[in-house]
Amino acid sequence: MSFTSAAFILFAVLTLLIYYTVPKRGQWIVLLISSFLFYLSAGGWYLPFILVTILSTWLCALGIRRRDRLDEDYLAAHKADMTKEERKAFKNNAKKKKRPYLVGGLVFNFAILGVLKYTGFVLSGVNDLLAIFGSKGVTVPSLILPLGISYYIFRSTAYLIDVYWGKTEAEGNIAKYALFISFFPAVLQGPISRHKDLAPQFFTPHNAEWSNLSEGGLRVLWGFFKKVVIADTAMIAVKAIVASPDTMTGMYVLLLIILYSAVIYGDFTGGIDVTIGLARMMGLRLAENFDHPFASRSTQEYWNRWHITMGSYFTDYVFNPLSISAPMKKLSKWSKDKLGRGVGMRLPVYLATLITWFLTGLWHGASWNFIVWGLLNGAVILISRELSPLYAKFHKKFPSLKDRAAYGGFCAVRTFFLMGTIRILDCYRDVPVTFMAFGSVFYDFASWGDLAGGKLLQSLGLELWQCIAIALGTLVVFLVSHRSKTRPVLTEISERPWLFACSCAVLILVILIFGCYGIGFDAGDFIYQTQF
Amino acid sequence: MNEIIDILTELHDDVDFTTETGLVENGILNSLDIVAIISEIDDRFDVQIPAEEILPENFDSAEALWALVQRLDEA
Repeated sequence: MSFTSAAFILFAVLTLLIYYTVPKRGQWIVLLISSFLFYLSAGGWYLPFILVTILSTWLCALGIRRRDRLDEDYLAAHKADMTKEERKAFKNNAKKKKRPYLVGGLVFNFAILGVLKYTGFVLSGVNDLLAIFGSKGVTVPSLILPLGISYYIFRSTAYLIDVYWGKTEAEGNIAKYALFISFFPAVLQGPISRHKDLAPQFFTPHNAEWSNLSEGGLRVLWGFFKKVVIADTAMIAVKAIVASPDTMTGMYVLLLIILYSAVIYGDFTGGIDVTIGLARMMGLRLAENFDHPFASRSTQEYWNRWHITMGSYFTDYVFNPLSISAPMKKLSKWSKDKLGRGVGMRLPVYLATLITWFLTGLWHGASWNFIVWGLLNGAVILISRELSPLYAKFHKKFPSLKDRAAYGGFCAVRTFFLMGTIRILDCYRDVPVTFMAFGSVFYDFASWGDLAGGKLLQSLGLELWQCIAIALGTLVVFLVSHRSKTRPVLTEISERPWLFACSCAVLILVILIFGCYGIGFDAGDFIYQTQF
Repeated sequence: MNEIIDILTELHDDVDFTTETGLVENGILNSLDIVAIISEIDDRFDVQIPAEEILPENFDSAEALWALVQRLDEA
């Protein structure tokens, strides 16, 4: 059931009606039933997998809670008789005792994700190697990949780690926990909300407040607009360019960088707008996943503003523990002694950065394209960090430049193209084709002739009105995004009844007239909903 | 507290750590610095800062960092 389908809209409206009709204490049960119906609609075979994840992480978290309570009770009774060293030793020992629950839950669930998502990739790699030596390859099984598995496994493992760290309370009621994991607007593409932030909201009563309904509803429409008017229309041209990597080179690859940025922005932020807007209509506030990413002046800043909840997952649960782990500390000490203080300080952090980005790439998809994508992002961040003393010297020499809008604009455009270039690894069938296509930007100047010759639209498979829709749509999104830096424009609009009504009407009309959907057109699924 | 300021000053001698309260928020400390600080605190105070304590509020000022060390040392 795609977010942009009539079935989903009907499903969401019915859920909202029932949600606000039943007694308040039963609202979360309505959401739980809706979430499982939504998940079932994708296919009955997916259900056992999400249920196994829910059950296993719930049980492990309860195991941690039981150990915590035993140790807290003991400490409360004996604290006065213990020395500081004894208390420290007791706490360390207590951590060790609850660790098997954490490790067991993590290994079990990541093993499920690993087997289902990466078996084909690994075996194909093995077959490629065997083929070099003339051996017969192994059969690559076709395994099912439950929808949203990457997201719900991240949400559940984050919960488990947070319970272990004492950052959230373990949930005693499995049905309540199941809602946190399976909440239908967010189950397929996030945001990866943390348990302590989201779960309590499910179980507090919510009245049908106009401010929530209007702002949430407007945000849902805004998300549909970005998806079906900008992303799906631009996707037609992206598919045309990617389908002919041998002929659509040079200028077309530059166009691809721009167009695919529009696609991924409209698709992903549009999908998240629908998710956050729908949750808001229920009186729930989900974590924001984007903060004007294309205004970023550096790669690091971009990753603090794009897919924020995924970034914070990898920072909190992978990068931080890894960079201060015992092996990294040993590596740091060894390299400080052998290679000097500078290298010793950098080595563990840089290694942890590359490992984290390797895993980020792998999480995005089981292919070399995503692994290279991840490693390139990590490499760019590290190179930028190494160059930071040079930047500092430059800004010392030209102190007024940093605050100039033109310089800020230059940095934002540079970051946009850098990120856009790495991002086209999503598009092409493999890494060599991507690099060859990008390389053609620097030698295939003949392709620029298509701009003057009027062949462009035909090559891209677009009508003129579709180009205008993409351009105007992008301009509107840019203006709204820019204006929202101080206060969200959608909030301002929803506070003025006439403006709200007009905006809804205009958005619906634009979606109906210019959107890519309907008979004869297969509206694309959300990229992040099908890929993960 | 002075020892914490010494550790921080070794990393950035151009910052007044007695008054600065936005070390992470203002981008003065990066992940490289934070790992170095954790390593130094381990060496000098025999206090291990766990991953769950790597939060901006614990590293935003020398005072916050000192409070964290004391809390972890107190156990």
